[in-house]
Amino acid sequence: MELRYNFHFETVWRELDRLLLASLTTIELSVVSFFFGTILSILFALCLRTNKNIFNLIIFLYIEIIRNTPFLAQIFLLYFGFASIGIRFDANFAAALSLSIYFAGYGTEIIRAGIDSIDKHQFEAGLSLGMTKYSIFFKILLFQGIRNIYPALSSQFILLLLTTSIASVISVEELTGEANLFQSETFRSFEIYFVVAGFYLILSSFFKIIFKLFWYYYFTKQGKII
Amino acid sequence: MIRELSLSDFLYIIYAAKWTILISLISFTFGGITGFFICLFRISKIKIIRIFSQIYIGIFQGTPLLLQLFVIFFGLNIFGIDTDAWTATLVTFTLFTSAFLGEIWRGCINSIPVQQWESSKSLGLNYFDQLKFIILPQAFKISIPPTVGFMVLTIKSTSLASLIGFTEIIRAAWHINNATYKPMIVWIFVAILYFIICFPLTKYSRYLEQKLHVSYSRNSKNQSSTMF
Repeated sequence: MELRYNFHFETVWRELDRLLLASLTTIELSVVSFFFGTILSILFALCLRTNKNIFNLIIFLYIEIIRNTPFLAQIFLLYFGFASIGIRFDANFAAALSLSIYFAGYGTEIIRAGIDSIDKHQFEAGLSLGMTKYSIFFKILLFQGIRNIYPALSSQFILLLLTTSIASVISVEELTGEANLFQSETFRSFEIYFVVAGFYLILSSFFKIIFKLFWYYYFTKQGKII
Repeated sequence: MIRELSLSDFLYIIYAAKWTILISLISFTFGGITGFFICLFRISKIKIIRIFSQIYIGIFQGTPLLLQLFVIFFGLNIFGIDTDAWTATLVTFTLFTSAFLGEIWRGCINSIPVQQWESSKSLGLNYFDQLKFIILPQAFKISIPPTVGFMVLTIKSTSLASLIGFTEIIRAAWHINNATYKPMIVWIFVAILYFIICFPLTKYSRYLEQKLHVSYSRNSKNQSSTMF
């Protein structure tokens, strides 16, 4: 096995700012979808707490469908499928929407598990203090619940960050999409994809650290869990 | 010329599901074997092996699968290996599953109480006998539900192989979509097909998990399941 190939990493180096700019789009896309996905998951988790069976059925169905089909099929359905019946989305919007929906499928289960882990007596204590059910949910159960499932939620965010790469198939110009464009201009496929994979590795490590710091400052006091 | 969507088109997509299942099974088998060694490396007493496996797992869990596919698809050619979509997909998914399974199984082994290690050591077993007779049989039981759960993820992830030209469900659906231009029906059909493949596995994994945790969940009556 001999190497008959000259690596040209300087091609990538010259246009590094392009990739840096594209990685901002990746961050934006994942943070926006994380934000809306989490709000959706909290709402769905709240709905699962109600006695309305029809809500529960719809949400369980939603969770199972999202979790058992590939994201690629979901994004194609949302972008191409809906366009064919006259509902057109902008590529960026379609990507953010499908990522939020995708994230909520996983996030609902996680947040529900967190809320279920809170003792029933906390709810009763809240009632005896005269709080309304909604303020008990948002001020007592949700805060403690999120603290319990914080690690799961943060690793789900990392998975979301990696999933944004699939948005390139509907021509969103995030990191992978930019890499696709770039390699079709220069034909330096390996070098470009290798560097971009490194970008993702840096991004995911960076967000892991951010989540750790956030955990430390928000959920602990002087290193002690509240 | 755009033709009508007919039954044979759906059969074409269903036929392509064969390749999705085949590539998942093969890469899962190879990945399982490699992952077993990764898992043993990960709990090794030698620091340098442990760090190596940690970096290996970190790389595969920290980069998107799509990029791994691209890098391996274009990268293997450089080293003189003639790469078609099959080889690249197989190699990528083997590496990908081995990293994830290694980490899952390490968690299972770590969940075995440390006293099991100590007591087996006091009975005079060496390291490999400890693993073979005491630790792994117990860890095996715990590891089945998450492994089945991960298999669902692998099946879903094989959809990405369509982007480097591997003909499975998604790519077959593209062929049909391009010929008939009925994206709504085609992609809903694809979603249903994946759902039919994955849902039984998800259910089975959840069933195994409940069977395993039935002894732990006795105190779960304490929580209020509905409040409004």
